[in-house]
Amino acid sequence: MKVGIVSYGAYIPRYRITPEEIGKVWGVDGKSMSKGLMINCKSVPSPDEDTITISVEAARNMMRRCGVSPKEIGALYVGSESHPYAVKPTGTIVAEAIEAAPHLTVADYEFACKAGTAAIQTCMGLVGSGMVKYGVAIGADTSQGAPGDALEFSASAGGAAFLIGSEKIIATIDNTYSFTTDTPDFWRREGQMYPRHGGRFTGEPAYFKHVLAGAKGLMERMKSTSKDYTYAVFHQPNGKFPSRVAKQLGFADAQIKSGLLAPMIGNTYSGAVPLGLAAILDEAKAGDRILAVAYGSGAGSDAFDITVTQEIESYARGKAPTVKELNTNLKFLDYATYAKFRGKILLGGE
Amino acid sequence: MATAPRYWRENPSRYNMVGIKCNSCGRHFFPPRAICPVCHRKSVGKIEITKLKGEGKIFSFTEVQEGLEELSLQRPYIVALVELTEGARVTGQIIDCEACDLTIGTPVRATLRKLSEEGPSGVIHYGYKFVPIKEKAP
Ligand SMILES: [Zn+2]
Repeated sequence: MKVGIVSYGAYIPRYRITPEEIGKVWGVDGKSMSKGLMINCKSVPSPDEDTITISVEAARNMMRRCGVSPKEIGALYVGSESHPYAVKPTGTIVAEAIEAAPHLTVADYEFACKAGTAAIQTCMGLVGSGMVKYGVAIGADTSQGAPGDALEFSASAGGAAFLIGSEKIIATIDNTYSFTTDTPDFWRREGQMYPRHGGRFTGEPAYFKHVLAGAKGLMERMKSTSKDYTYAVFHQPNGKFPSRVAKQLGFADAQIKSGLLAPMIGNTYSGAVPLGLAAILDEAKAGDRILAVAYGSGAGSDAFDITVTQEIESYARGKAPTVKELNTNLKFLDYATYAKFRGKILLGGE
Repeated sequence: MATAPRYWRENPSRYNMVGIKCNSCGRHFFPPRAICPVCHRKSVGKIEITKLKGEGKIFSFTEVQEGLEELSLQRPYIVALVELTEGARVTGQIIDCEACDLTIGTPVRATLRKLSEEGPSGVIHYGYKFVPIKEKAP
């Protein structure tokens, strides 16, 4: 049975802050930080937004584009490292808000930045085995870096949702491959507000090793090369890492341009590859082939080989905003407003 | 402050704008109620639970400078009376815009946002707010 993407939807909050504005406060050269990270600005959630509201908006955009009844959804998984509750699933509220409840199975996933793609893999299995007709996989985050930490320049907010099924597929998922090791490059202990990371350790032995192994492992299994893909999207903690990894794998700038959103929105964590993939699907044509590789600290990568089908021609893409359209109506914040929005100012009375 | 059960019962209407239609006079109302405020007794047994589209236009609006404690981080914020396509009028916050962008008649649609939290350890309440519908870029 062919399994793939039946519909998709994205969401990005409207607020932005620049590395220059953050750097000004911490005595850091924001301009060179921006250049080094290849991040011009990052998205910031409004005080009334969180992973649940972002997931709901992405999932509703996904449902707007297809004729599938929410009652036919048999599974829903939300991958995030910023679930609003430590105990009480994000997915239950999302399922209720898209009217898929109560006859479905729901769970929240957590694997740093690749929890959303792990959800796609689970849905592929459930649909492929015939256990459910449709499964929803969401990757969304409202991630935080400690004030003044390097992560504060990139950690942002956004998410995308995918309806996985076997009928009227706009893109088939031809294969998926994962590469997983025990690597302590980035972590957050239970009850801690901000994560910690291994500094330089996060690059070579973590991101690059796993993304390269994931991509190569998949391409070996598919007997493909970088030339076989129209598009590629890699996890993007900044703009620099995915550009470098693409070069190392033999991909040209033109192949990664459409899915490279970090320069405009920062690192959306679990939302990163899902949003990049959504941006590609916004413009893809029948026959286009996509390589997508997500990375999660801790560490692992999920790679996907995806082919866009004829079905995309009649698919109602225009019924929900594209990623480009979501990147309009922007409002830039100063650091003080940003700190207030993100709960970085301790308010009295509690 | 055990308001969680009350909120929970109202979640379907709060998340998905589920209201009622009175099959005696044909009017829609939101939030749901047991009898039609126009037909009263005549509506008994004729009230139908209906999902509203969540789209409408601004009937009237105001910018609030000093308002609800739970919205203090968003001050000043905009509150409007929205006339839904089905005719029901509902009060809600207008978000993702500035007051100067709005006029009477601006089209809006419902979206889900956080409404309030019962302190840092309590339940988080979610529900509808309205965003202006943007003209689609050509
Ligand atoms: Zn009536």
